[in-house]
Amino acid sequence: MATIAKPENLVYQRPEAFTEFPTHYCPGCTHGVAHRLIAEVLDEMHIIERTIGVAPVGCSVFAYNYFDCDFVEAAHGRAPAMATGIKRVLPDRVVFTYQGDGDLASIGMAEIMHAAGRGENLTVVFINNAIYGMTSGQMAPTSLPGMKTTSSPLGRDVEIHGYPLRMSEILANLDGAGYIARRSLHDPKNIRMAKKAIRTAFETQVRGLGFAMVELLSTCPTNWGISPLESLTWLEEHMIPAYPLGDYKVAPGVAEIKV
Amino acid sequence: MPRELLKGNVAIAEAAIRAGLEAYFGYPITPQTEILEHFARRMPELGRAFVQAESEVAAINMVYGAACTGVRVMSTSSSPGVSLMMEGLSYIMGTEIPVVLVNVMRGGPGLGNIAPSQGDYNQAVHGGGHGDYNPIVLAPSTVQEAIDMTILSFDLAERYRTACIVIADGSIGQIMEPAELPPMQPIKRKDWDWATNGAIGRERRILSSIYIDPNEEEVANLRMFKRWQEVQKNEVRYKEYHLDDADFVVIGFGTAGRVALSAVRTARQQGIKVGLLRPITVNPFPYDVLDELSKLAQAFLVVEMNMGQMLNDVQLAVKGRVPVEFHGRPGGMVPFPDEILNEIQRIATTELSIVSDPRHAWYERMVEFLK
Repeated sequence: MATIAKPENLVYQRPEAFTEFPTHYCPGCTHGVAHRLIAEVLDEMHIIERTIGVAPVGCSVFAYNYFDCDFVEAAHGRAPAMATGIKRVLPDRVVFTYQGDGDLASIGMAEIMHAAGRGENLTVVFINNAIYGMTSGQMAPTSLPGMKTTSSPLGRDVEIHGYPLRMSEILANLDGAGYIARRSLHDPKNIRMAKKAIRTAFETQVRGLGFAMVELLSTCPTNWGISPLESLTWLEEHMIPAYPLGDYKVAPGVAEIKV
Repeated sequence: MPRELLKGNVAIAEAAIRAGLEAYFGYPITPQTEILEHFARRMPELGRAFVQAESEVAAINMVYGAACTGVRVMSTSSSPGVSLMMEGLSYIMGTEIPVVLVNVMRGGPGLGNIAPSQGDYNQAVHGGGHGDYNPIVLAPSTVQEAIDMTILSFDLAERYRTACIVIADGSIGQIMEPAELPPMQPIKRKDWDWATNGAIGRERRILSSIYIDPNEEEVANLRMFKRWQEVQKNEVRYKEYHLDDADFVVIGFGTAGRVALSAVRTARQQGIKVGLLRPITVNPFPYDVLDELSKLAQAFLVVEMNMGQMLNDVQLAVKGRVPVEFHGRPGGMVPFPDEILNEIQRIATTELSIVSDPRHAWYERMVEFLK
């Protein structure tokens, strides 16, 4: 790579845990931010070599292209089951899943609930952008009431489609969960807080403290039909009230982790 | 090792353990639950992985994950549960990794019942999951064969990077009979060049069933078929009984084949020149053997505990040279030797014609039979 800055002046560079694969995500999408945060954490913890990722079905189906570690590709919603299979035979490896809201909270509800209930030592990064991205904008289990999608063209009518699912709140009730937190990717301050949460979620696994999930409120400008900048504002104004940020479960051992 | 009185389900589980099984993932369902129960006790005491999954869907995906690391892994279930595993099986086949699956089949369709059946032949042999794939499928007829085939399954699955399915009708799982288990083999983790077990000191690996470019998917399908041709060439297994001078050939797998053997022996005593072909591998199917037999025999009788599923494969092999007759007991029923003997006598003494679907005439006989 051409040197564009003296080492002493370098303040920002590609994490070593990243490959040089060009992104396939839409402009303004926060998947890239989430990916980068994971890569930085893997670098900081020096665990990339012993990490095995499990990619989902959805926009992040190609997540395996970006991380310089072993990866498998799960069926839709089944990543926590696949990760369980890996972790149970290789307990000294670090196993994480990366899942969207359709994958985790709809078709994969049984798998995520039971992985958490069993207290599997896994790290789950959950991207909640309130919509199905890859199939181009259908209603997700996390779509907000009134939200227009291609499968709720008049807006999500809770009388017909029911209410959004708050996965962090649900999973935090399970004894097997060690760490459950919700963060947002809409501004630098929150992105930094998201990274700390992701670090904590990986530390939880490495220390064998049970199931860990970080839910990341994310944008989908393409399918929301607004600009990237407007998306960040929309997230802040509409999603955060519906999905309050915070730590929902911090097991005693996890509370002692300093990151 | 000494012969012991063993229940089929327990024998299958213990055989897998002794073959080096490192992880088991399953869900309770009759008539295979004793397999899960045996693993529940034995795997933890050996320090190996056992998870009672939340569903067969989860179980097969846990198997999928563990298999990606290159260890010996299996799941077992019975018909409705195996249906739930078909998605995962398709992914496993598309990813080209070794997995062993046992289906202790019960009466269907739907919830059906818990009696022995062979109604899942087509699901196992001709697909069940989406897309083009060919798993190896073995059909035991005794507890001893269930032991031997479970062990063989791991070797075949690894040799051809494929799923190997043992289809045991419910009676094989539930029956108790003398059988010999092999000695315990130490676990030998092989250094597969495809396993995703952590990229420590090597290039990273990806295991996936995605080929987003159809050109590449086509190539992948052809590659898998080439491997399947190797399986067809090397791994066809079957048992022959009294076939040397047989004018009539009975074909049955699993329990149906075992019951048919009793009928064949009685018919021999009555002077009927009849033999039995019992496929051990129903996939790859012994087409070539049947092809040769069809040049010598006057007629075939297919006996199955279903509505006639292997029947189609027999017809493919016989190529319409001689009549192929059918006798089946679907829905969880097991044929008696007398029924099959009657069919052998009918075939040996009746002018038969070659028809495309012998099940129509069989149906009429069944209506009379059940009156």
